[in-house]
Amino acid sequence: MSAQANTNALANDTASSEYLVFSLGDEEYAVDILKVQEIRGYENVTRIANVPDFIKGVTNLRGVIVPIIDLRLKFHLDKVEYGGQTVVIVVNVDDRIVGIVVDGVSDVMSLAPDQIKPAPEFGVTLSSDYLSGIGSLEDRMLVLVDIEKLLTHEEMQLVERTAESA
Amino acid sequence: MDISDFYDTFFEEAEELLADMERLLLDLDVDDPDGEDLNAIFRAAHSIKGGAGTFGFTVLQETTHLLENLLDHTRRGELKLRRDIVDTFLETKDMLHDQLDAYRNGGEPDAEAFERISRVLQQMALDELGQGEAVKGKATPDPVPAPTPPPETSEVAEADRDGAGETAGRQLSITLSGVSDNDRELLVEELQHFGTIASQSGDVARYRVLLDSTESKDDIEAVLCFIIEPEQLSIEVEAPGGGADLAEPQAPAASEAMPKSEPISAVAPDDLPEPDKVEPKGSATPSRAPGKSGGKSAKGSESSTIRVPVDKVDQIINLVGELIITQSMLEQTASDLDIVSHGPLVNGMNLLQRNARDLQESVMSIRMMPMDYVFSRFPRLVRDLAAKLGKDVELVTEGKSTELDKSLIERIIDPLTHLVRNSLDHGLESPDKREAAGKSPTGRLTLSAQHQGGNILIEVIDDGAGLNRERILAKAKSSGLPVTDSMSDDDVWQLIFAPGFSTAEQVSDVSGRGVGMDVVKRNIQEMGGHVEILSKPGQGTTTRIVLPLTLAILDGMSIRCGNETFLLPLNAVLESLQPQAEDLYSMAGDDQLLKVRDEYLPIIALHHTLDVTGAKTELTEAIAVIVQGEGRRYALLVDDLVGQQQVVVKNLETNYRRVPGISAATILGDGSVALILDIADLHRLDRRKSQQRYEAKHQNLQEVSLA
Repeated sequence: MSAQANTNALANDTASSEYLVFSLGDEEYAVDILKVQEIRGYENVTRIANVPDFIKGVTNLRGVIVPIIDLRLKFHLDKVEYGGQTVVIVVNVDDRIVGIVVDGVSDVMSLAPDQIKPAPEFGVTLSSDYLSGIGSLEDRMLVLVDIEKLLTHEEMQLVERTAESA
Repeated sequence: MDISDFYDTFFEEAEELLADMERLLLDLDVDDPDGEDLNAIFRAAHSIKGGAGTFGFTVLQETTHLLENLLDHTRRGELKLRRDIVDTFLETKDMLHDQLDAYRNGGEPDAEAFERISRVLQQMALDELGQGEAVKGKATPDPVPAPTPPPETSEVAEADRDGAGETAGRQLSITLSGVSDNDRELLVEELQHFGTIASQSGDVARYRVLLDSTESKDDIEAVLCFIIEPEQLSIEVEAPGGGADLAEPQAPAASEAMPKSEPISAVAPDDLPEPDKVEPKGSATPSRAPGKSGGKSAKGSESSTIRVPVDKVDQIINLVGELIITQSMLEQTASDLDIVSHGPLVNGMNLLQRNARDLQESVMSIRMMPMDYVFSRFPRLVRDLAAKLGKDVELVTEGKSTELDKSLIERIIDPLTHLVRNSLDHGLESPDKREAAGKSPTGRLTLSAQHQGGNILIEVIDDGAGLNRERILAKAKSSGLPVTDSMSDDDVWQLIFAPGFSTAEQVSDVSGRGVGMDVVKRNIQEMGGHVEILSKPGQGTTTRIVLPLTLAILDGMSIRCGNETFLLPLNAVLESLQPQAEDLYSMAGDDQLLKVRDEYLPIIALHHTLDVTGAKTELTEAIAVIVQGEGRRYALLVDDLVGQQQVVVKNLETNYRRVPGISAATILGDGSVALILDIADLHRLDRRKSQQRYEAKHQNLQEVSLA
């Protein structure tokens, strides 16, 4: 699937962009692959006190201290477990490196502009501000997360200046 | 190739040249100036002028031109230096700096200021020399091509420059060898700024341009060398319409291309254009070391330094830190092995350890810079301020070569400047007061730096009147600070660091610049250091700054609380003990105090403040670490002391943000992250949390009573 999508993307045009698909519970989300730096396991996270619960702490990524955010907690999912399958997607946004915890990573998909529908105005937990759209792919629906907006949003309390302005 | 690519290099270099110029001007002995220094100053001005011309910074170019002319007369002894002349030169240097800044920011320099300084310089030329522009030069245009060291050629080259003013219609034959078509077009375009191109012909290998120009050959060279290498260029001066002797245009170029081998301190080194050319060349190749034009150092230091962006160095430091961690992990694994059967491996591990430590040390030393970087900016400040205040001050600097981390050295400048201003303004007395007190009329201000263990000690010492105990106490009382007359001197001196403590008498336009001593103290504390004051009435004041050598490495005490490991900065730890039940007192319900000898210290339980689960809650089972930060002392309750270790400090803000109670993070031997506690902030955090707890409780009580 992904290989086919890749070749399609190369063959087609530059307008379609690639997304990394990950799962939170039963839902499927996707982020712009260009923002993704790497994928690694969830391990050795040092807790930080007095921060929101979805900020799990910091970890050592080859000498760089990287904060880890659990999107499942952020999106108030019921079942939050940490196991061998728990995956951290390391993304690079706003000159920062941040790890996001997800339940799993499935594949990389190429979406053409006509496959991306505008995000509906809904959601209390997931404001449409953070969404770049809904990707529809046959019978699958992908929630396209604008990871940059999400992580730099003041609610995340991840970036100092937004925290100050809050 | 776009010429604007070189703007930044030019700005940087011009700035360095100006700094050199200032340093040399300040060092000049007015009565007996060192010829070598005068040359160096002249060369600096000349190089800037060349560059400014290339980039079309007209105002800068014209100002330097005027300055250069005067400097030229000075170095040949035709203009007798006086203090006020040096002052004017310094002022011009400041003006050049302003102009440079204006260009750097994409603007145009202040035209009024330019006019004023031009008038001053022209007037000076008129007054001192009885002539405007240099009219004295030998008007004969000179065909001697190479400005090689022998004395007579330097004479000639000089004539060449001086003659430039009035040898209109002279022709220059410029030969470019191995210059690509694109570059050539650019060069020819540049040349048109200097005069009229009479003819041009040739190919890539050799291209010849005949230029009718009044500019001196050095100037043109300096400008063109921003674009091409000096060895690609040769310029011949020819009589108008004279036959071009192209027999040996390469030879002089070649000899000019080896500036480093030229003895700069030759018999009559006046006008060797080599140093001028060295600088422009540097501009074209930014990775090269900045050529210090300070005469004597020009030779050796040029090839021995490289300019490297700090983040590259930081990256190396990070990687080496990683290497050290990996190495200690390996070592741990290897220590379980049997030495007899794994002899070579164990030996190899030992070697690796030694090499890794050496590597770390060498890498850390890259970030170290000599204190001279800071001290060198004070002679000017002291000189100007002393003149303004009507004081006579001699500045002494000691320990210029003492090294300090680059990030610290930049942050120490402001606090130190403030202290120096203070000393000059309030510390040192005016000459007549000093004489009345039986002291030499010249005040002495000493700046010194020295290493002491893992710290650097920076002192600002003046032999002035010393601090006035009564006045400080009176002021402290009137501003409501808790003081008593029986306070020790040390405690009284510390009062001047209190926020807002600036007596009316103290404010002047010199030191009342809005940066109080409290800011000085805070800045230094942020750098992990502290300030002390020693003062004796009538004998002077010493302000001592103690700083860690580097921020990148911290001596830490690792402690355990629940399952978590934290680090305490070792310099904040006073002692540790196991609290005894009889030493514990409670106050106002929740707050607890620990009696240590005769002192009652508030207890802050780390597991409370940082919400650690599974920690020891029984006070007498835990360990109390007595810590001190920002003057507050308290007992921090932890589960266990693990040990003392040096750690590499990693910034949390890089990818995250500041966290209350935490100053930074580090990576432990097992690869996990440990947080470094901020002692002072932890105290504030604890206050906030207890306040919240108290309010929550209070509210509950109210609800209960309402119900």
